[in-house]
Amino acid sequence: MAVGLEHYLILSAVLFSIGLYGALAKRNAIIILMCIELMLNAVNIAMVAFSRYIVPLLLTGQVFVIFIMVVAAAEAAVGLAIIISIYRSRETIDATKIDLMKW
Amino acid sequence: MPYQLVWLIFLLPFFSFAIISLFFRPFLNHKPKLGGYITIASLTASLGLSVWALMEVMAAPGHELPIPDINWVIIEGGITIHLGLMVDSLTAVMLIVVSLVSLMVQIYSQGYMAGDPGYHRYFAFMSLFTGSMLALVLADNLLFMYVFWEMVGLCSYLLIGFWFHRPAAANAAKKAFIVTRLGDFGFLAAILLLFFNTGTFDIAELHSLAITGALAGTTLTWAAIGIFSGAVGKSAQFPLHTWLPDAMEGPTPVSALIHAATMVAAGVFLVARCYPLFSHSVEALTTVAVIGGFTAIFAATMGLVMTDIKRVLAYSTISQLGYMMLGLGTGGIAIGIFHLFNHAFFKALLFLGAGSVNHATGTFDIREMGGLRKFMPWTYATFVIASLSIVGIWPLSGFWSKEEILASSLGSQPILFYLAMLTVFMTAFYMFRVVFLTFGGKYRGGGSEAHGKPHESPSVMVMPMVVLAVLAVVSGFWNVTGGFGQFLGHGETHSFAQGFFGILTHPLPWLSLILAGLGILLAYAIYSVKWLSAERIGSMFKPLYTLFYRKYWFDELYENVFVGKALVGGLFAGLQVFDTYGVDGAVNGVASATVAGGRAIRKAHTGQLQLYGLFIGIGILAIILCLYFFG
Repeated sequence: MAVGLEHYLILSAVLFSIGLYGALAKRNAIIILMCIELMLNAVNIAMVAFSRYIVPLLLTGQVFVIFIMVVAAAEAAVGLAIIISIYRSRETIDATKIDLMKW
Repeated sequence: MPYQLVWLIFLLPFFSFAIISLFFRPFLNHKPKLGGYITIASLTASLGLSVWALMEVMAAPGHELPIPDINWVIIEGGITIHLGLMVDSLTAVMLIVVSLVSLMVQIYSQGYMAGDPGYHRYFAFMSLFTGSMLALVLADNLLFMYVFWEMVGLCSYLLIGFWFHRPAAANAAKKAFIVTRLGDFGFLAAILLLFFNTGTFDIAELHSLAITGALAGTTLTWAAIGIFSGAVGKSAQFPLHTWLPDAMEGPTPVSALIHAATMVAAGVFLVARCYPLFSHSVEALTTVAVIGGFTAIFAATMGLVMTDIKRVLAYSTISQLGYMMLGLGTGGIAIGIFHLFNHAFFKALLFLGAGSVNHATGTFDIREMGGLRKFMPWTYATFVIASLSIVGIWPLSGFWSKEEILASSLGSQPILFYLAMLTVFMTAFYMFRVVFLTFGGKYRGGGSEAHGKPHESPSVMVMPMVVLAVLAVVSGFWNVTGGFGQFLGHGETHSFAQGFFGILTHPLPWLSLILAGLGILLAYAIYSVKWLSAERIGSMFKPLYTLFYRKYWFDELYENVFVGKALVGGLFAGLQVFDTYGVDGAVNGVASATVAGGRAIRKAHTGQLQLYGLFIGIGILAIILCLYFFG
């Protein structure tokens, strides 16, 4: 069985859904951050697959993925810093307890 | 001269008003005489033009001058409202009355108002009033007329309240304005009713519609009654008569001009101007006659007992205006307007005489005067002439017009005729009561403040009085052979016009002369030779005296019952409840509903970021599905 575009897209969708579920349902802020990374990478897979299968001569999609990885790394750094900061002030990283924006 | 010059008749006093108020008052306040001079100059020119207009109207075929209209308001869809002048015999007569009396009053005012700090303001308002009044009589459509109708009301308000620092004057001004507005409301309603039914404001067109019968039935009657209600307010007829006696708080020349000769006669003029509307509705014409006849005697009874000379004259004015209405209601334009014409001169003269007396004694209370005949011979002579004229003694002017009214009322409304006859007696009594108390006997000291010996007024005040006295004698001669009736009316003269002596062959004039003579005799007996004691008679008819003296409690009725109970206690209280709970309730309700809504909805803001994320996700999903299925 040849591996086609749709297989990559299904993988991407599965990964994205798992990431979305984790980001919305998990309590631990670090896991939420990891799930966000998962969603980003699901998008990366989709992009690379589109690039490879639809415009194989252009590298635009591939290069874009590199950028997303850089941004994701930066995001992870900032996100972790925020989590550490929250932990210092509130002694918890439970997302349901971090409700400072409540009415 | 081109007929367009007629515009200047009323524009000149407006210019005078503008010059005084924009230029003299701010910059030349230290030279008060200027205001009087420019007013007199503009009115002299207006009088000259009025005389010219009268001559032209007399010569013109059909007694009407053609004056081109100006388009004032053009509404898409075919309605054009003209701004035009109507110069017919009625207007020409009114122009003469207004400009002549106004000129005399302005000359007199120079003496009467001398030294008043509001001298410029006084002449500015007087100019404005005269201009508005002249425009009112010139207007050829009801809307244009209504504008000036309100402007003379405004000037009346400003001049009654001229000494606004006195609470009585300020209140009287408000009362005059508000009471007159009640009548004006009817006038405005009638104008709109006529406009919606005919599509025109033009008086001449309305006349022809009424005459051809295109405008008839209840519409015509209601319109006529509405117009008459405006006239009732302005001419202080029953039941809106209460403002005029209080209006005497204004300066006396103002009373002479506005509240005796011109503005209060505007109501009579209005009825005459719209006469075809009345004459084609029996109900309306009867209403005019009955209200007029009743007001004549009703006001006269109150005039019998007043002690303030100006208030006696005020009730006398109301009574005479009632006569005019009676004349219009039973006879025709010529009969009512002829009395207006004569009345303007002798009543203005009476007021100027009262002002002169006040100038000499410092009071208006006739109980504190007396003996002024010796001190003020000119005032005495002119006042007596005017009194004889208003009483209707042959051959003074009042006689000629009053006999016509009596004759026409005998013809169509016998009951009103008897009331009018009784009024003749009362008029004679109250006028000569004033004459004997003021000028006869011994001087009783005048006003409370030391005023010194009474003295004749300066010649600038006496001269206009002499001019008016001459007119009070001769103005009636115009209709001795029916000339006025032919000029103004359309042959509606009574068999009375039979010459200077011929009239004395009728029994009716003798009857009224005898009644007038009896009235004078009674006043002589009580107040001059004191055969009868006024106090004794007063206590003998105590209830009647109280009724008259308290003015039938109309002021109390209006102030306490209508205004106090019905309006303030009833309607206004109800409106206040509506305001508090309805209007405020709606406003506050919107606010509290918003607050409550916010309180309820803010529970959605849980602070749970993941929940927000979930909703964002659901939202995106919904958008995608929508695009997929409906896009």
